[in-house]
Amino acid sequence: MPLSRRQLLAAGTTAAALGGFSPLRAQANTIRIGVLTDMSGPYRDSTGPGSVVCTQQAVQEFGNKGFQVEVLQADHQNKPDVGANLARQWYDQGVDAIIDVPTSSVALAITQIAKEKNKVFLNSGAAVTELTGAHCNPNFVHWTYDTYMLSKGLAGALTKAGGNTWYFVTADYAFGHALQRDATRFVEEAGGKVLGAARYPFPSTTDFSSFLLQAQASRAKVLGLANASGDTVNCIKQGREFGLNKSMRFAALLMGLVDVHALGLETGQGLLLTESFYWGLNDRTRAFGKRVQPKMPNRAMPAMVHAGCYGVTLHYLKAVADMGVAAAKASGTDVVARMKAMPTDDDAFGQGRIREDGRKLHPSFLFEVKSPAESKEPWDYYKLVATTPAEEAFRPLSEGGCPLVRS
Amino acid sequence: MADTATTLTNAAMREQVRAGEGVWGFSRSQLVGVLALVAFILVAPFVLYPVFVMKLLCFALFACAFNLLIGYVGLLSFGHAAYFGMGAYITGYVAKAWGVTPVLAIIMGGVVAAAMGVVGGWIAIRRQGIYFAMITLALAQMVYFFCVQAPFTGGEDGIQAIPRGSFLGIVDLSNDMTMYWFTAAIFLAGFLLIHRIIHSPFGQVLKAIRENEPRATSLGYRTDDFKLMAFILSAGLAGIAGATKSLVFGIATLTDVHWAMSGEVVLMTLVGGLGTVFGPVVGAAVIVTMQNYLAEMGAWVTVIQGAIFVACVLAFRRGIVGEIANLLKVKL
Repeated sequence: MPLSRRQLLAAGTTAAALGGFSPLRAQANTIRIGVLTDMSGPYRDSTGPGSVVCTQQAVQEFGNKGFQVEVLQADHQNKPDVGANLARQWYDQGVDAIIDVPTSSVALAITQIAKEKNKVFLNSGAAVTELTGAHCNPNFVHWTYDTYMLSKGLAGALTKAGGNTWYFVTADYAFGHALQRDATRFVEEAGGKVLGAARYPFPSTTDFSSFLLQAQASRAKVLGLANASGDTVNCIKQGREFGLNKSMRFAALLMGLVDVHALGLETGQGLLLTESFYWGLNDRTRAFGKRVQPKMPNRAMPAMVHAGCYGVTLHYLKAVADMGVAAAKASGTDVVARMKAMPTDDDAFGQGRIREDGRKLHPSFLFEVKSPAESKEPWDYYKLVATTPAEEAFRPLSEGGCPLVRS
Repeated sequence: MADTATTLTNAAMREQVRAGEGVWGFSRSQLVGVLALVAFILVAPFVLYPVFVMKLLCFALFACAFNLLIGYVGLLSFGHAAYFGMGAYITGYVAKAWGVTPVLAIIMGGVVAAAMGVVGGWIAIRRQGIYFAMITLALAQMVYFFCVQAPFTGGEDGIQAIPRGSFLGIVDLSNDMTMYWFTAAIFLAGFLLIHRIIHSPFGQVLKAIRENEPRATSLGYRTDDFKLMAFILSAGLAGIAGATKSLVFGIATLTDVHWAMSGEVVLMTLVGGLGTVFGPVVGAAVIVTMQNYLAEMGAWVTVIQGAIFVACVLAFRRGIVGEIANLLKVKL
């Protein structure tokens, strides 16, 4: 029977209505973890599908301790409103913990919702320190890194090593300003001097030549790049074309394994960067990397944020097993309190702990990107330059202004 | 385009004569539509996720406000996100920083958006067609960059944790269901207001301008004044839609002022049906539902949206509601 247009329309509408009507059913003995991440934007490679893989890896390694674990995933498109909407919907429909969430603005939005709904929010991908500062709350853990750690590890160490005059190229929005502000502080504390900064319009700048030439004209020893992902890579490539690398040292304040991979060792060699995880750091991280690599998209090695998703999921599940599923589902605050009470231990980050403001403490590492000749195998990109111990790597508890600490 | 619009108007006039004035100026077929809409609003929160339905209602109001301009005056504004987003920002800011009650905050958002509409409209209505669209787009981009830099908007973080407050100090809006009824009331009020505007003598003049501006001028109407007034009303209502959205989600961000939002509202109105009362509502429902339930497909959502847009323009130019109305030979 041929369908008339009207029947087709009616069928379509009904299907749409039915499709919409499928709320997740909360089961008493299942912990639901939602990985909310960037699946389509600029952070896809350094978070995205890799974060999902590492979360699943943690669930798998944790095994069955008398309850089921289900992992969901969604794309927040780096938009705070999309992310907030998805998080609200997940929490309302039985998701117990949201994991990852790169992009500071989205993370800041979701931390409020987690508190409002008394659920758990475990962040690996976002950088902003306010999450454990003015906006901290008892339902939140910040695992992998933040802007303070990045700036301290890089700016402080580099200034002490002789790079005592800096010029910044800064993305002209809150994140860029925050990175520049934090880095300036460590440069000055180490006795260095900031000669100036060129701010470029964000987003939509792809030609950095005029900003880079300003930096060159300043005769500073270090070019500080207070931006992220594609912008950083573009600045480095264009900087080399102008020969800036002959007179200046490049310091990318936020750069990771994936960016180095994109840049290639030929262009990237000699770059300094700070991370809290590198797969080739020690035997445990090496074992973890080799375990996960076959499952990763494009058989990439896990990057810092991916490892963070693994570490935080494992610790979360340990806390849930410790207190019982029913109690864990009832109160997000209780779960996070238990997570803070238990010492952490996983292959990616080793031993550590979570501070009362929700900050996970572990060492941070200053790496230098290897030259093509030094690299022995695929993904062998870094050599260790310096280590900052866990207690010094992050902002002191008293400086954050977290309301949880004062009370 | 002009022919179909004329025939539609003719059919509508004939029907209006047939059905008398109907109730509140609705024709019989429109009344059925309104009742269906009200029934949907009453039932939806018990079947669907309330926050989703609230989002739908906010965008439906936004699309209705936009439709007032393009559907009834024939002005294609490509910068309506500026009014929508600024309404959201102002409401978010006053509700969070000054602790203003929700009703007052929404009104303030609408008033500021309308005030911006005065300026934007005054500049833009001097030109027609593509030039009008480009001027509105340019103005909206200026607003966007203002929002990126202005301290009160929080840059790319947006204004977050906007409190919903309580309605008249009695009803706590932090509960999703009470907020739902609050949003539904705002939507219905806006919807009926737009309907009233369209069916007033003022609205008839707007339609006359859409059909033939020189003739309207020759009849003695100062068309610029009418166009400006319509622009301000549309901007104000878009502001109220944005304001409500910011309270529903507790967040006002750059997404709301981005030009993509201006494009989205054009898409909603086109898919639903230009110049129909229900078109924008249906269009908003289609687009928001797609974005919501296809979210896991990531970047494909925009591709699908684009395909739908092309299909819509090629196959059913009147939009979903426009085609249905044409098929049933009624005015919706």
